[in-house]
Amino acid sequence: MNINIALFGIAREIVGQSSLTLNAPVGQSAAGLLADLRHTYPELAGLRSLAVAVNNEYAADDVVLHERDEIALIPPVSGG
Amino acid sequence: MQIDLTDQPIDVAAVLAAAESEEAGAVNAFIGTVRNRSEGRRVVRLHYEAYPPMALHQLRRVAEMAQEKWPMLRKIAVSHRHGTLEIGDVAVVVAVSTPHRADSFAACEYIIDTLKEVVPIWKKEEYEDGTVWVAAHP
Repeated sequence: MNINIALFGIAREIVGQSSLTLNAPVGQSAAGLLADLRHTYPELAGLRSLAVAVNNEYAADDVVLHERDEIALIPPVSGG
Repeated sequence: MQIDLTDQPIDVAAVLAAAESEEAGAVNAFIGTVRNRSEGRRVVRLHYEAYPPMALHQLRRVAEMAQEKWPMLRKIAVSHRHGTLEIGDVAVVVAVSTPHRADSFAACEYIIDTLKEVVPIWKKEEYEDGTVWVAAHP
C-alpha cells in the first residue's frame, strides 16, 4: 500500500521535502514506519523524540497504518 | 471555548474579551512573547511552523482536559500565531475565566504547559549567524 506522510520542522529539513509517499507493507505499524524512516534518514534518530500522528492524534507504537490515513511525522514540539 | 491559530498579529484584547464571563470574578491570561536572547545568543527573529489541523485539534483537547480538571472554568480562549515573528511580538495568548482567582491561575498554567508538550507547533530561532530548531536535539 502507498502511504503519504506529512513532514514538519526539523524532520522536513532532514528529509528535504514536506511530504513523502512510501510503499509500506499492509499492516505496517507506527513503530515500523519510524524504524524504516530512521534507517533511510539516520539524522532522524538523533532527535530528542519523534512521533507518528494518525488523523490528528498521536499514534501508539502498535497502531496499524492504512492507506487513507492522514499520517504525519512529529519531531519535538516547541510551541508557546 | 475559542481556539485559534493565525498567521496574523494576535489581538490580545479580543482574546481576553472572549474569556470574559459575567459568572466569573477572575480572568487570567498568559501572553507569550518573542524574547531577544536564547541560551546566551542574540535572537533576531523566530519562525513558527504549525501542522494546522492537528494543532487545532490538540489545542481543543487541551482546553477540554482543563475543563474536566477545573469544572468551574467559565470560558477558555487560546490563540497561537505561526509564521515569522519579530522580537516583542505576541506568539500565544491563553485566557481563562473562573469564579475565583486561584483556579484561574492553575488552569491557565496547565493550559500553556500542556500546549507546549503536545501541540504540533515548531519554533526555529534565527540568530545573526544561523538558525536552530528549538529543543529538537537532546
